[in-house]
Amino acid sequence: MKKATVGTLGEEKRVDCNIHLELKNTGGINLDLSSKVEVMYGNSIREIVHRELSFFGIENTKIVIEDYGAYPFVLQARLETVVKRALPDIGKEFLPEFSEKCLYKSSRDRFRRTRLYLPGNSPNFMINAGLHKPDGIILDLEDSVAPFEKDAARALVRNALRVVNFHNAERMVRINQFPMGLLDLECVIPHNTHLILIPKCESKETVHKVDEKIKEIKKKNNIEQEIFLMPIIESALGVISAYEIASASPNVVALTIGLEDYTADIGTHRTKEGRESFLARGSLVNAARAAGVQPIDTVFTDVDDAEGLREVTLEAKSLGFVGKGCIHPRQIEVIHEAFAPTEEEIEKAKKIVRAFEEAKLHNLSVVSLGSKMIDPPVVKRSEQTVKLAIKTGNLDENWRDNE
Amino acid sequence: MNEDYKLKKNAAGRLIPTIINGKISIPYQGIGKYKPTGKKAAPPIASCADYPANGNKVVKDLKTALTETGIKDGMTISTHHHFRNGDYVANAVFEAAAEIGVKNLCWFPSASFPCHAPIIEHLKSGMVHHIEGSMNGPLGEFASRGGMKGMGVLRSHGGRYQAVQDGEVHIDIAVIAAPTADSFGNANGLLGESACGLLGFALADSQYADKVIVVTDNLIDFPCHPWQIQGNHVDYVVVMDKIGDPEKIVSGTTRITKSPDRHRIARMAAQFLRDTGIMRNGFSFQAGAGGTSLAFVDYLSGYMREAGVTARFIRGGSTKFLVDMLEEGLTDYILDGQTFDLKGVQSMREHPNHADTSPFTSYNYHGKGMFATMVDAAILGATEVDINFNGNVVTHSDGMLLHGIGGWQNTLFSKCTILTVPTFRNRIPIIVDEVTTLVGPGELIDVVVTERGIAINPRRKDLLCSVKDSNLPIRSIEELKEEADEICGGKPQKPKLGDRIIAAIKWVDGTVIDAVKIVEGP
Repeated sequence: MKKATVGTLGEEKRVDCNIHLELKNTGGINLDLSSKVEVMYGNSIREIVHRELSFFGIENTKIVIEDYGAYPFVLQARLETVVKRALPDIGKEFLPEFSEKCLYKSSRDRFRRTRLYLPGNSPNFMINAGLHKPDGIILDLEDSVAPFEKDAARALVRNALRVVNFHNAERMVRINQFPMGLLDLECVIPHNTHLILIPKCESKETVHKVDEKIKEIKKKNNIEQEIFLMPIIESALGVISAYEIASASPNVVALTIGLEDYTADIGTHRTKEGRESFLARGSLVNAARAAGVQPIDTVFTDVDDAEGLREVTLEAKSLGFVGKGCIHPRQIEVIHEAFAPTEEEIEKAKKIVRAFEEAKLHNLSVVSLGSKMIDPPVVKRSEQTVKLAIKTGNLDENWRDNE
Repeated sequence: MNEDYKLKKNAAGRLIPTIINGKISIPYQGIGKYKPTGKKAAPPIASCADYPANGNKVVKDLKTALTETGIKDGMTISTHHHFRNGDYVANAVFEAAAEIGVKNLCWFPSASFPCHAPIIEHLKSGMVHHIEGSMNGPLGEFASRGGMKGMGVLRSHGGRYQAVQDGEVHIDIAVIAAPTADSFGNANGLLGESACGLLGFALADSQYADKVIVVTDNLIDFPCHPWQIQGNHVDYVVVMDKIGDPEKIVSGTTRITKSPDRHRIARMAAQFLRDTGIMRNGFSFQAGAGGTSLAFVDYLSGYMREAGVTARFIRGGSTKFLVDMLEEGLTDYILDGQTFDLKGVQSMREHPNHADTSPFTSYNYHGKGMFATMVDAAILGATEVDINFNGNVVTHSDGMLLHGIGGWQNTLFSKCTILTVPTFRNRIPIIVDEVTTLVGPGELIDVVVTERGIAINPRRKDLLCSVKDSNLPIRSIEELKEEADEICGGKPQKPKLGDRIIAAIKWVDGTVIDAVKIVEGP
């Protein structure tokens, strides 16, 4: 008889569960449940199990569940995974109800100062991630998921996209490289994914492939909203191709870099000072700006070193980056603070924005401040600075009235 | 087990037993309502003629000391919990009692810990009839399953002092574990391998017990000074090889939580004190030694530094974090009830403004005032809070008795009591419709700080008003509960509880505020 397991029996996993399923010919559903929350949610767990097994047409099975407080969307994803491991031909999906808190939109030009990586197969980190107010969350199907757990992670990430409130953070998913990435896209695109991170991107063709596949899925599912792309450059070749990648599709909104793989690729090690990646990072900023997309810096891996993070973020800002990856919620605020405009920057930006508005009012084609002419990119940057200053609370929304 | 009690509803609407271990109980009547009259209890008069003139009260071992006290069936034996989970003495006391062959004893600890699991065997054998004191971990579970012959009685630290002082509990034999003592019985917690800082929890025991035994593994020549416990109260001194495991008595270093959610809670609590103006020159607060509390202290000291504000005193549970504040001049005093780490012990030994307190000074509701009411803000935890701001610290939502009250009930009397709790923990809801066990009435709980926002008790219009212009996420407690329920998967089922009452929960004035029922479910 067919058997399958999700998780490792006997190993405790917080807010998750282990399931062993054994299909039988007779005997009905034989559920052996041990749960840390039996007293509070035992009935509800049993009900979910029976409903989902019946959805998949399973009538006779012995099923052992060790539950460590898995939330309903987690339990549902684990059940689906174990069923599909036993019966790989099942095509349909058991979808939890789409929460209205998961329906908000993103926009092309939104701030992407921080994006918090959430391992795609670890429910524990997902549930409160949005409370820490990152600009984006990344449900990661790639490096943080073991190769043999990709299916489990896909179901979990999909359910999380439908259920977990990420509190207005941009909803991003990092897919695997193709061909597996194709499966990832089919699984996540229909569930209000805002942005796809494309790993190890080396050419515009990769971007095209992703873009095409998304287009196809959107059509099939009648999805109209734009789905943005953020290619990740992780190799020497990628750095060389950065501009063609950044300009490969209008859906690309940002370009980022992964330095662990890049430094390995160029035959060196990553250091805290980052001199070895100076060229790559500079090239990336340049390529992104040339293509009109946001340049975003890599992650900082030492979670306990807030001071170090502050320093490298200030450096990233000075190089032209507008965002940075996070692997722990504690990094979010440090990065936001570092990217927040300084008082001096705000004052200057205000003057330029005012001069620009003044010029517009008088239909002048040239913006000038005192005797100096101000070029359009400077105006645009100043507008961004003012917007960011308002967002970070360093400038009142009605600053024009308060002067 | 066959106790003939009835159930009676108290002023909080809770059903409580009319008789507890053969004594008539007094139902909770409301805050500050019950005022007993009469005189305090007193120990028997002693005569110096009966004690060695050279002051040497050392006897061979615990068994000898217990025998000499005249230990009998049905007696009450007390111990203290300054050694926390590293205590060897309580277990040794009951082993000695077992050798002597007495039964139906009452164990009256100021708290019990998982290390006291061996007492379960004595409860099974009938040597220990019941426990009056907190039951942590295995003992609580054993009691919850109905294993204890008598009814447990849980009191706060202040309630324990009050009960002894008022004569509700008569201690026949007090056994005081002392990190350092002399042969006269003077003792302190400051010195020796098992140093734990202070011995305040044993104060009532030394003052009111019929017989007092001091047990030490560091006997020094007279005088043991300072004498936190005065030898004039002490009958016998016993020397043991080891009275505790130093590593479990105090931690080498107490650590701040790494959990980002707890950090968030801790920070919001600190911001709340700052934005309400409670944090001002000369203010005071109390926070425990849990990971969230330490993070709170860390954030608050940052805000204090920024604003140039200093506190007059901090009530501890002292840790390295409070000591750092004392040394930096962010507070004038630490008023310490128990010391949690080595730096706390050292500071208590060396810093003149690191003062030791006791349940008498800080928490005794039947005294002429107590420190607890003078504290500007107390930051506490809970296992459950309900939408009426009632708090529970002793049982979990599954009905299991797993924790003691500690000083929790007593600190509720601060000017602003703040519970820092997550809305749910590993799919276990913390904010609930009604607490499983009522330990603290909602009238005394002012603010609940969670990872999803801050709920202010509607009774505290002043606090609501003072945060009007801050950007703190103020929400109603019902909203927080609904959000938590939604994530956890709807309203939780109720635990399966039987009719039998396994423990009574006392209020700070000796009345009974609630009862804990036997757990019959899984």
